[in-house]
Amino acid sequence: MDGTAPRKLKVATTSLAGCFGCHMSILDIDERLFALLEKVEFDRSPITDIKEVGQCDLGIIEGGVCNAENVEVLREFRRRCKVLIALGACAVNGGLPAQRNTLSLPLILQEVYRSEPGARYGLIPNDPELPLPLNKVHPLHEVVRIDHFIPGCPPPADAIWKVLTGLLEGKEPALGHGLIHFD
Amino acid sequence: MNATFTLDGRPVAFSEGQTILQAAVAAGAYIPHLCFHPDFKPHGSCKVCTVKVGGRHAASCTTRATAGAVVESDTPELNAERRALVQMLFVEGNHFCPSCEKSGDCKLQATAYDLGMSTPHFDHFYPDRPVDASHPDMLLDFNRCILCSLCVRASRDVDGKNVFALAGRGIRTRLIANSRTGRLVDTSFSHQDKAAHVCPVGVILHKRRGFETPFGSRVFDRKPISARADSTAEIAAVEADGS
Amino acid sequence: MPSKVRNAPDPAQAAATAMARHRHDPLELLQMLRDVEEACGWIPPEAIDCIEARLALPRAKILGVASFYSFLHLKRAGRYRILFSDNITDRMLGSLGLLDRMCRGLWVERGKVSEDGLVSVDTTSCTGLCDQGPAILVNGLAVTRLTERRVDDICELVRDEVPPGEWPADFFRVEDNIHRRDALLGTPWLPGRALEAALARSPEDLVAEMKASKLRGRGGAGFPAGLKWQACREAPGKARYLVANADEGEPGNFKDRVLLANAADAIFEGMALGAWATGARRGFLYLRGEYRFLLDHLEAVLERRRAARLLGESILGREGFDFDVAIHVGAGAYVCGEESALIESLEGKRGTPRNRPPYPVTQGYLGQPTAVNNVETFAASCLVALKGGAWYAGIGTPESTGTKLVCVSGDCEQPGIYEYPFGVEVRQVLADCGARLTQAVQVSGPSGATVPAAEFGRRLAFEDLPTAGALMVFNERRDMFEVARNFVHFFAHESCGFCTPCRVGTSLLRNMMDKLANGHGSPYDFAEIGKLNLLLQSMSHCGLGHSACNPVLGTIAKFRGAYQRRLAHEEFEPAFDLDRALAAARQMTGRDDAAAHVRPETEETA
Repeated sequence: MDGTAPRKLKVATTSLAGCFGCHMSILDIDERLFALLEKVEFDRSPITDIKEVGQCDLGIIEGGVCNAENVEVLREFRRRCKVLIALGACAVNGGLPAQRNTLSLPLILQEVYRSEPGARYGLIPNDPELPLPLNKVHPLHEVVRIDHFIPGCPPPADAIWKVLTGLLEGKEPALGHGLIHFD
Repeated sequence: MNATFTLDGRPVAFSEGQTILQAAVAAGAYIPHLCFHPDFKPHGSCKVCTVKVGGRHAASCTTRATAGAVVESDTPELNAERRALVQMLFVEGNHFCPSCEKSGDCKLQATAYDLGMSTPHFDHFYPDRPVDASHPDMLLDFNRCILCSLCVRASRDVDGKNVFALAGRGIRTRLIANSRTGRLVDTSFSHQDKAAHVCPVGVILHKRRGFETPFGSRVFDRKPISARADSTAEIAAVEADGS
Repeated sequence: MPSKVRNAPDPAQAAATAMARHRHDPLELLQMLRDVEEACGWIPPEAIDCIEARLALPRAKILGVASFYSFLHLKRAGRYRILFSDNITDRMLGSLGLLDRMCRGLWVERGKVSEDGLVSVDTTSCTGLCDQGPAILVNGLAVTRLTERRVDDICELVRDEVPPGEWPADFFRVEDNIHRRDALLGTPWLPGRALEAALARSPEDLVAEMKASKLRGRGGAGFPAGLKWQACREAPGKARYLVANADEGEPGNFKDRVLLANAADAIFEGMALGAWATGARRGFLYLRGEYRFLLDHLEAVLERRRAARLLGESILGREGFDFDVAIHVGAGAYVCGEESALIESLEGKRGTPRNRPPYPVTQGYLGQPTAVNNVETFAASCLVALKGGAWYAGIGTPESTGTKLVCVSGDCEQPGIYEYPFGVEVRQVLADCGARLTQAVQVSGPSGATVPAAEFGRRLAFEDLPTAGALMVFNERRDMFEVARNFVHFFAHESCGFCTPCRVGTSLLRNMMDKLANGHGSPYDFAEIGKLNLLLQSMSHCGLGHSACNPVLGTIAKFRGAYQRRLAHEEFEPAFDLDRALAAARQMTGRDDAAAHVRPETEETA
């Protein structure tokens, strides 16, 4: 990427509308993580607990975009990271959260907070701390430009490893049979 | 059976009346396809089997084989175009593979793998397509329909029942069941019908059997679709097993 | 209940009548469904029950056919069904404003049926009245020259539930607007004269004359008519059929309408000539549903010709020369103008184009040899029979012989029909119709070519600008991007849905053009449109898909600035407005704090 000095690549990761399963898969790289850490340095990530993303070479994002906060975080990643990777089924096509997309949001909120037994007299939460949901859940590429995609629920650790090492070597990552899967 | 054409430089023998894809399948050569099934008359709607014949695009399932024809199939250009078609099919419906009973046995998914599709690329339509669980043995999940018409053809031509038909037009084209209520339970459909065993994707499903084989060890998990001489027969065998 | 509502017809009775009228022949399913729709204002399930039972057709098949055609309703529609023609020429005449006015006047939301079931107002593809628009269809009948005043009058008539048959006749007046006549429109027609000339010689001689005339298909594709007749004649089959294609759906075209109104005798006589040449004994005229208002007139002409022994058995007393014509009416599907889709529709099916080859000329209607010609081609064949192939070949250019009816609409003083010998320059047409400050013309319709002012020296001819007839004129004030966007919407609406690239691709293309129009475009989208265009061209099943990108490619090539203006952003933007996507949640929670909004990207980076 940079090519001149053996500078460590800065990598940020986050989960939007995801379950952190893809992050578990990153950890599943196992002992190869040590080899990876010789070449990369983690910025904002659940691994470092850094909350603000700095200027990075690579951003890895799990989960789709389901609310206002997701939008802000994703845009921030796009601004700060040279290369963005959509990691996992939800980031790639909306995944499980996007299965609400055929229902109207008001109907969903009504059903969940007002109509359910036990919540009949409830209110739809309106605390400003809570991110507002979007009408639909979107995969990342419908909101910002995405450079690479690693599908899977979760993607295999080997697929993540292959893409990361490929990118480190400056190659266009291609997953072959067994590593590319959608389930 | 002496005449041949070349497919990516290799000779393929064909008999009179065969189409390019029919001859290729018979010869064990792979051309990506979804709406084609060797038991049925070629249909030509998915266009994934498009090849170049003498430099011109043509759907190989419906194009007659001719002696000496020069057919290109496995080229970066054609595979990129096929990938775009498969991506179109993914955004047109609701394809959530992690929760699909057919994942791993699905030809759409396997073809996507084989074409190196890592993203649906286009903006999703997210259509509203309610499932039909009315039938005691079978489930219809229209979210995954790619409108290949194989069930329509199987029910009409083999089962003699006309359980399925296509309705609507354009992007609103949809599969319907033949009953006044529109529900499958009110048709004459049976899990033993040919039409119950030809769906290349996860629309027509046998109830209570969806996860008999775990993810990871299904037909296309074990071997890519391009490495299987007759993936269609193989999936059918999996489905017939135990039904 | 309002006092003037007539008794709704019994669906079962309507179905029985429709089936009887069409001899309970399942091939006539579409015609039966049309009849039920006309009688009931929609196709009630009880009517389908009857058809299903009596014809022993699968219900799903009947539903599949009915749901394919825009003018058939499987859900209860308004008692008044008003459709605004949505060609770009209608829009240029203010149709969208008039549509809003009508919706307000009738208290109805566009695309929905009013709560009392009285009326629905929506758009439809070009109705072929571009020379006298804005035009609408009211319960299938054409109303022309819409003004605010006329819209208000219609609202009142609808509210008072006056049946359309009792509306002022002037509303339904359709002018021919013929401004230039040449060999075809300038020849006075004496029914039978061309047939007599042909019958004086052998069918082979007629085919030879047709070939000598070098008359080419007038639907736009330009296949030599003589060769088609010869191929049909020589193809093995149990029977032969002739079809006159009057499914004039390509926006901007209306010459078939004028020919049918003005020269129906020439069309039917041309069909009889085709029958003599090919040996066909049955013919069909496929009339687009939008031209339903011409049906009674056409049936009357057919009756007159039968009485004059110009149709029927032993035509002109010639033993064994039997030929008759039946009119099939379409139901709102542009794709049926494609000849194999048209044949499917004739057979009472969904209008899906067939796999070709085999071509209709060897395996067409019911699998038998069928020659499908444009109505203008049939009419022109009369000139060949009367005056000889050599005479005809002397008109026009060597590669494009004869004359062409050109349909002029858009920004000009005198829209209408102009008949020219082939080879006329665009510039000449523009001068004749009184077009000024012209920026571009669209030749042949959305699937044709966009021609900028610098190329007005080009000629209407198969070797330069092939055309079905349409010539839409756009002056300097017009936005060529919006022209292309209108055309792209047309193709997405009319895609039959059979093949993946066209079914999905035309809708994707529509969404991308809308994205640009809505101010969300960036160079990324521009590149995507280019890629999609190539895919549609190379992978689609039929001409609709192949040409769906023509208006975009044409305007991009010639009017790039119109697109460049739309690329509001340098970086990729979503196709939708992110802040608006939170509006429903804001409303449900009553929140309007800063976090309840998505700030525009520019603010954040500033």
